Amino acid sequence: MSTLFNYILKIGDDSLILGHRLSEWCGHGPILEEDIAMTNIALDLVGQATTLLNYAGEMEGKGRDADALAFLRFDREYRNLLLVEQPNGDFGMTMMRQFLFDAYRLPLLERLQKSSDVSLAAIAEKSLKETKYHLKHSSEWVIRLGDGTEESHRRVQDALDTLWRYTDELFQEDDAEKELVVSGVIPPMSEIREAWNANVNRVLEEATLTIPTNNWKHSGGRKGMHSEHLGYILAELQYMQRAYPNMEW
Amino acid sequence: MVTKDQIWLWLEEVSDPEIPVLTIVDLGVVRHVELHGDLCEIKITPTYSGCPAMKTIEDDIVSKLTEKGIETVKVDLVLSPAWTTDWISEKGRSKLLEYGIAPPVDEVDKSVLFAEPPKVGCPRCGSHNTRMVSLFGSTACKAQYQCNECLEPFDYFKCLK
Repeated sequence: MSTLFNYILKIGDDSLILGHRLSEWCGHGPILEEDIAMTNIALDLVGQATTLLNYAGEMEGKGRDADALAFLRFDREYRNLLLVEQPNGDFGMTMMRQFLFDAYRLPLLERLQKSSDVSLAAIAEKSLKETKYHLKHSSEWVIRLGDGTEESHRRVQDALDTLWRYTDELFQEDDAEKELVVSGVIPPMSEIREAWNANVNRVLEEATLTIPTNNWKHSGGRKGMHSEHLGYILAELQYMQRAYPNMEW
Repeated sequence: MVTKDQIWLWLEEVSDPEIPVLTIVDLGVVRHVELHGDLCEIKITPTYSGCPAMKTIEDDIVSKLTEKGIETVKVDLVLSPAWTTDWISEKGRSKLLEYGIAPPVDEVDKSVLFAEPPKVGCPRCGSHNTRMVSLFGSTACKAQYQCNECLEPFDYFKCLK
């Protein structure tokens, strides 16, 4: 089951790291309602991460649970996308990162609901209902900021220009995953890319934003080769378990 | 001899830790009760993936049934079918309203952007002249509203389908 373990680790780590990133906004949101919105979404993502990582631990069969996987791995063992570990930047950057991720996650969960692996299908069914709220929230902000003032447009266009290079990685699949596709456990990434393209093009057009023409793409997170940002996230995320091993609260 | 119906009645004595006016049965998180001699198996489902109340609910079920004399209580978490606000009982909906939280109403498809937010009645004055302040509220399951008539801000238990 190590193939399935590796795959669930990837989508579980996406939730964990993006959830942590969003939680950094707690107490710093531009308005109170958005502070609450971002921490709510963070909570959903950390909840999804807990379920996914617990299941990954079961698949692995070495007695590791969600906490062991979240708090006691080294950076090279994390399999999250480079996109989700990118710094929050301004509110526009955070919303653009969220939108590019949500637009990928929603069609992925929709299809995973029909996975031949019943546990994975159940997790997807549960998470999808939450992700619909997330995508609505991030899409509306991208449009509002893009089609807003000169300054909000400039900032969110900068965010798109910065983050676009990380979007190709969303759809990369390795040989092991191709086998999971054949056995009906996960959908082919080409389908997800198609759904993502359609939605992203529609929203960015409404937001009057321009898709960067520079096609140079960045990847590595799925193989454990991260940007320098992940180490700092883990230093904070893992501090308590590293300083006080096995502590609980 | 304890029956399953009796267990359901006892479970109605366990309240939701976040919204204590609701029992876990009103909320629809108890999905299944099974009795095998001295063993009682309960299946519960979370409202939201990150709901921090699940562990407390599980502990409360165990202590309630132990207090009632059930020897072994096993609580399992199930994810499918996923919880929906349709499972909140009629009794639960009126309790919410009385408590000051507007119960869920049917909402438009969430893929429609900038759609008109659902028309929610004010739990204080009953007016439907209200506005959504934020889609996200004090817990994952709520949105923030304000009444335009009596100006009271209130929680809306948002629709999850």
